[in-house]
Amino acid sequence: MARRVGICAVAQTTYERDKWHQRFQGMALDVVEALRQQVDIKFSRHRPEVQGIDMTISVSDDVFDARTISNNAMTDVLGAHFGCEEKVAQEGIQALYYGLAAIQSGHNDMVLVLGHCKESQAASRNMVTHVAFDPFFTRPVGLDFCAAAGLQAQAYAAKSGITDQQLAKIVARSRKHAAQNPFTPGLEELTAEAVMASDMLADPIRSLHAWPVSDGAVGMVLAAEEIAVKICDKPIWITGVGNSIDHFFLGDRDLASNRALKEAAARTYKRAGITDPKTAFDVIEISDQYAYQLPMWMEGLGIVDEGKAGQWIDGNGPDTLHVNMSGGMLAGNPLILGGLVRAAEAALQLRGEAGNNQVENAKTALAHGVMGPAGQFHSVITLERN
Amino acid sequence: MKKNRNVGIIGVGQSAYSSHREEVNQPEMIHEAVAEALAHAGMTIDDIGCIVHGNMELFEMVHQPDLWHSLGMGSVGKETLRVTTGGTTGATICCTADYLVASGMHDVVLAVGFEKLQEGHTTGGITNMADPLWARQLQTGALTGMTAAAVIEEFGEERAKKASMKYRIIMDKHAMKNKKAHRRLGLEFDQADDLMVNSPALVGELRMIHMCSQSDGACAVIFASEEKARQFRKNPAWIKDHITVHREESFGCFGDEPFVLSHRYAAEKLFARNGIKNPRKEIDMFEMYDPSSWWGLDWLREFLLFNGDEHLKMVENDEITIDGDFPINPSGGVTASNPIGATALVRVAEAALQIMGEAGEHQVPKTVNQALASGFGGTLWTVLFLLTREAP
Repeated sequence: MARRVGICAVAQTTYERDKWHQRFQGMALDVVEALRQQVDIKFSRHRPEVQGIDMTISVSDDVFDARTISNNAMTDVLGAHFGCEEKVAQEGIQALYYGLAAIQSGHNDMVLVLGHCKESQAASRNMVTHVAFDPFFTRPVGLDFCAAAGLQAQAYAAKSGITDQQLAKIVARSRKHAAQNPFTPGLEELTAEAVMASDMLADPIRSLHAWPVSDGAVGMVLAAEEIAVKICDKPIWITGVGNSIDHFFLGDRDLASNRALKEAAARTYKRAGITDPKTAFDVIEISDQYAYQLPMWMEGLGIVDEGKAGQWIDGNGPDTLHVNMSGGMLAGNPLILGGLVRAAEAALQLRGEAGNNQVENAKTALAHGVMGPAGQFHSVITLERN
Repeated sequence: MKKNRNVGIIGVGQSAYSSHREEVNQPEMIHEAVAEALAHAGMTIDDIGCIVHGNMELFEMVHQPDLWHSLGMGSVGKETLRVTTGGTTGATICCTADYLVASGMHDVVLAVGFEKLQEGHTTGGITNMADPLWARQLQTGALTGMTAAAVIEEFGEERAKKASMKYRIIMDKHAMKNKKAHRRLGLEFDQADDLMVNSPALVGELRMIHMCSQSDGACAVIFASEEKARQFRKNPAWIKDHITVHREESFGCFGDEPFVLSHRYAAEKLFARNGIKNPRKEIDMFEMYDPSSWWGLDWLREFLLFNGDEHLKMVENDEITIDGDFPINPSGGVTASNPIGATALVRVAEAALQIMGEAGEHQVPKTVNQALASGFGGTLWTVLFLLTREAP
């Protein structure tokens, strides 16, 4: 049995529309400094007797940063001079999957995780996701992740009967929680009526159904159990991880099937020893890039019965199960960081540091990330505190 | 450091390397390598638990290419992880695969590195790594004449130029034995004097003939737990240890003098913690990420922890040839084939093949008990692997 791994520190910047005043290195440095306030991070590699960071995992994206080897600019900021820095170029929650493996392998005892992204740097984030499509068949059609999500939302609405009213309710609820979240400033509260009056983006997705364009950075310190208990009072243990990827071409998939998410969840629950996901979690953080995804992913996770998510929304299910108390991704995180921020928010809940959105006595949590057209790739992680 | 469990390399696959693989698209080219690795390991894609993918997105301008490449990698329905670190990417994903298996999360992991450099502009892409405000105007891709100038300054023009050309011609002679290599020029030693004068100059004394190629190609390597490795293969190449060392983005910004190359720092640490006192004697062969024959020549000194001209003598005395005492890059190395996201993975793959004794025509004619493989990238970053024939 491999050793336990704990999240010992969590920090993030605010997520805002355009941090024109800060380069991504500056955002990252703010997070590193905040992490250092929580745990004593040392970078001294010349003195092996000093317990310090063995490995840094950054998260960024060459296309969003418009820089080849976008992590090249991270070495200085993350204290990786003469040390090890590796970049997860996937949904950010995968940095925790990787960090867990890196520590459980025995090679590393302490890992610093730091993700950054400035969606504002691209004229449109759709230009970035457009080039995720292959240049021969699907790129010439003009697809991007937003258009692909529209196709999936259509398929899911047809299968589940989810309505425009229910989607509007999800957005209004997200904004209510976002207003209480210090990391998502500047988002006004919205009524369901206002959401339903917003422009159509990719039918049935309305402009207010989409996560706001945002810039920000998030970081954590992971450590093996024997160190975690020494350096912090309330380590949050990673109990399960799992991910899966579906077919690339949309036509090769059943877009409403949740295939990859079901596989990712099953792997996570198996590793965590969870038999009943419906009752296993006190807090759930889902990457809802678009409003339709909150009910759809909840079904995929096996927490809400398939086809029942509409009723679940009507019955205030998200409040009962404490889903996205942070506001969720609908309150704005950069695309590649959504899942990592979900894990950060879940960890804050378990530490009892979620402020006005705090769920009383939360002990277990699930966090979820998604990447690719119409949810091609999903990654799930479960957390608990002592 | 105490490793949770042993990890062995049990399968290697490579596409053919070329300047233009126009007959295949990216997933198809990757599929060539994956299919060969599975066949080499005697397994099917169903035996793979997780697939690790790496390359540099801006070379081909594909966002999160593992999504599209799920077609060629066979990753649909599997766990995946995408990790990139510039030129070192290929070696980094070996670290990733090692962690995933050693941790117990997976028994068998497939690592896939690729690049199709003809689909972009390589030097433009590399220049684009530099800070847009402070350094981009100065960067010339990966082309630099600094090392040539330094070696010439230290050892004199004639000796330095001769050694670097000899290194290059040895690499080409090795590539001639490797059917998959991209550049197989058929150079002879008597061409050295001509080439060192007449090959087009790139920067200072770095000439076209010294520099690595821009290649299309993919490489796939299968890593397995000790139990699984022994089940599929009699002769796995074991991962003894590895180390990753980066340097700062802005050279000298931390003011540490004298300038220590990450290669030397990595080698010192790796050898010390594995009890290697004389690397030149204790290591049987070396697959080095040598982006130019000047760098290959100079870095040999760093990796083997020499301080004088021992590295020049090794080249001058034919010690680095395939049948020499310390063979370097029997595959032909990076000056022969350079699909960047795969290049460092190929180094580990080729070192593993040498340990298995399955490198074919470019197998070194001796038992390889301990092999070294290096990756290079970023702003002088190093990933250094130590592989062994006996399980650690």
